[in-house]
Amino acid sequence: MFDDLSNGTSPKGNPPELSRDEELHAYREMLLIRRFEEKAGQLYGMGQIGGFCHLYIGQEAVVVGMQMAVREGDQVITAYRDHGHMLVCGMDPKGVMAELTGRRGGYSRGKGGSMHMFSVEKNFFGGHGIVGAQVPLGTGLAFANKYRGNGNVSLTYYGDGAANQGQVYEAFNMAELWKLPVVYVVENNKYGMGTSINRASALTNLSQRGASFNIPGRQVDGMDVRAVKEAGEEAVDWARSGKGPYILEMLTYRYRGHSMSDPAKYRSKEEVDKMRHEHDPIEMVRQRLIASGRATEDDLKAIDKEIRAIVNEAAEFAQTDPEPDVAELYTDVVRV
Amino acid sequence: MATQVLMPALSPTMEEGKLAKWVKAEGDDVRSGDVIAEIETDKATMEVEAVDEGKIGKILVPAGTEGVKVNTPIAIILAEGEEAGASLNGAGKTNGAHAPAEAATGGGEAARAPVDVRVKETREDAAPAAWDAASEIPEGTELVQTTMREALRDAMAEEMRRDGDVFVMGEEVAEYQGAYKITQGLLDEFGARRVVDTPITEAGFAGLGVGAAFAGLRPIVEFMTFNFAMQAIDHIINSAAKTHYMSGGQIDCPIVFRGPNGAAARVGAQHSQEYSAWYAHVPGLKVIAPSTAADAKGLLKAAIRDPNPVVFLENEILYGIAGPVPKGDDWLVPIGKAKIARPGKDVTIVSWSRGMVYALDAAKQLEAEGIDAEVIDLRTLRPLDIDTVLASVRKTNRIVTVEEAWPVCSVGSEIVAQVVAKAFDYLDAPPTKVSGEDVPMPYAANLEKLALPNAQKVVEAVKAVCYRS
Repeated sequence: MFDDLSNGTSPKGNPPELSRDEELHAYREMLLIRRFEEKAGQLYGMGQIGGFCHLYIGQEAVVVGMQMAVREGDQVITAYRDHGHMLVCGMDPKGVMAELTGRRGGYSRGKGGSMHMFSVEKNFFGGHGIVGAQVPLGTGLAFANKYRGNGNVSLTYYGDGAANQGQVYEAFNMAELWKLPVVYVVENNKYGMGTSINRASALTNLSQRGASFNIPGRQVDGMDVRAVKEAGEEAVDWARSGKGPYILEMLTYRYRGHSMSDPAKYRSKEEVDKMRHEHDPIEMVRQRLIASGRATEDDLKAIDKEIRAIVNEAAEFAQTDPEPDVAELYTDVVRV
Repeated sequence: MATQVLMPALSPTMEEGKLAKWVKAEGDDVRSGDVIAEIETDKATMEVEAVDEGKIGKILVPAGTEGVKVNTPIAIILAEGEEAGASLNGAGKTNGAHAPAEAATGGGEAARAPVDVRVKETREDAAPAAWDAASEIPEGTELVQTTMREALRDAMAEEMRRDGDVFVMGEEVAEYQGAYKITQGLLDEFGARRVVDTPITEAGFAGLGVGAAFAGLRPIVEFMTFNFAMQAIDHIINSAAKTHYMSGGQIDCPIVFRGPNGAAARVGAQHSQEYSAWYAHVPGLKVIAPSTAADAKGLLKAAIRDPNPVVFLENEILYGIAGPVPKGDDWLVPIGKAKIARPGKDVTIVSWSRGMVYALDAAKQLEAEGIDAEVIDLRTLRPLDIDTVLASVRKTNRIVTVEEAWPVCSVGSEIVAQVVAKAFDYLDAPPTKVSGEDVPMPYAANLEKLALPNAQKVVEAVKAVCYRS
């Protein structure tokens, strides 16, 4: 899995340690995403969630580490595997889950669904369903930051599948040309739907895809929240200081299928199991906390319990909240 | 042998221009490729190069002469040893100069930037004849004769002065002053921060503009023509039009996509498509297609202020046409309101943009034959002001729609469907569409003419619904 790192540009060796509070924060945030997604999978199986539902399980360290590297006002935009991004931006799990079930208390009042959620208040700009389209959009957020001189940075996420879309490179070119404050975070989970990166990409080191625009890039162990945070800080500082865009390739892995309807015939169960058992982002933090004596099993159990309560409350709300009023069919088509 | 240098054309639609400057004088030696003169139209300046070697024998058109017709001899180049006044060899009477498109477009992008769109105002299909400015403009308002090109530029400049969040971006909008000179002067006034030259990257800059609009800026995105916006249509529809709805009303997208739409002249199928129906189909967009300078200005200002994504379809052939525009910076035209451009009682003709030229011309011809046509300029295609159309049809009992677009699933089709559904009992004849032909635009002059509607086709359609043919 991390063979790529040997020819990458990321420094070898262990990333800087986190403080106790940071480790606990990362543990808690990643666990929230994991439990939330497991619950979403359950609700999907029960028919409570319809359509497409793309789970983030396995990739939690990426958004949690990146969010630890930014400051208030920085924006986040991504494609449709977006539940984790929303939760780390501080969006209410109840509102996210209720959108998944298409209820009126959802962030888009039930009109967006899993792939289309936004929170201007939390600087989360979606939630986009067209592979790669969010990259120019996120670059536009950065353009607005520069236009206003507000010092904010746009975190623009995309996957290894989107990395082959032409508009990604149109955006790279303008971002570097105009030195826009954007960090491109490519979440390389090794599969664009059912096609492995080796079958889809001529150059599989996605951190180098900015080379022809002179955009620096790094490969990062996206399963290690410490490595993500450290790389995120370097990239965000670069962008914020006016040097233009930066590409971070997060080497990560999704445990679940592309979407809930994925039969997963394209990879072996052993591959998935090996990743879960040897590189699980949450388990690695848990083991460090216990081994260092910074937390006890009981401390972590208390966090688990608290997270389960939050997720259960969200699920309960998402199943009992009414569907949108039928009058909502024609609202919000245009701003009046 | 002596060779005549002829006034070159900068574009297929140019008929005349100004001979701005002679770089060479009589008696000067010239070599192939030397610049001998500069010519100008209202939107471009270009150098005239010598093709043959020789000596400038005589300058026939002095510098500063306006209105020099294309193909007029402007100078005579003498071959070695010839004297001024040497008789012109018949076979040598060729154009001794040529005007490379690169000189005018600056980037070798001749196909993307037909460089001149000057249309003489006396031209047969020029200014819609019967536009009734007084119907909307308060009495006593001072009117200034303005081309649509200037009206569009003024609209942007005024809104940029009014709101610091408004900026314009696109290919050649800044230093080149606009491929069609619509953004002329904006860079000088507002600077490169707000007048942004983009690379040739439609999907990229359309998406970037939408992202900036999500963040609260008010971009005006110029497409050099809407033909190139097909590269970006995913962002116009999936990103701009749908996000307000998909976000439950949280995200606004105050952006204007504007540029010339439809056929210019002799630029072939890929540069001659009319997109009204494509965008009018999409909930979440507003779609505007004005036919007069006053409407262009008032509607573009309204579009820039609108909190929604607006597709603003201009027409290259109309850019050079002047009309009365209210003076001052507070002239707004409401989006979604059609205008009765010519009142009448016998038949309703509905059109927009360049179709209005044919519609009004036809109405004039029909008047001579005793048919009093009411002509409606839709101006906005979405939301469609169907009420104005229906009220007219209930009065006239007949309707003909006029558009340059293809006939299948067109805006005309939509109007006909709604009229049939909502005013069926008022109709005395089948609603009829006049449109472009159902073919990619041909290049040959005669075929192109056949592919487009014209006043005669409108006259015939009207006579048919009046049972007068």
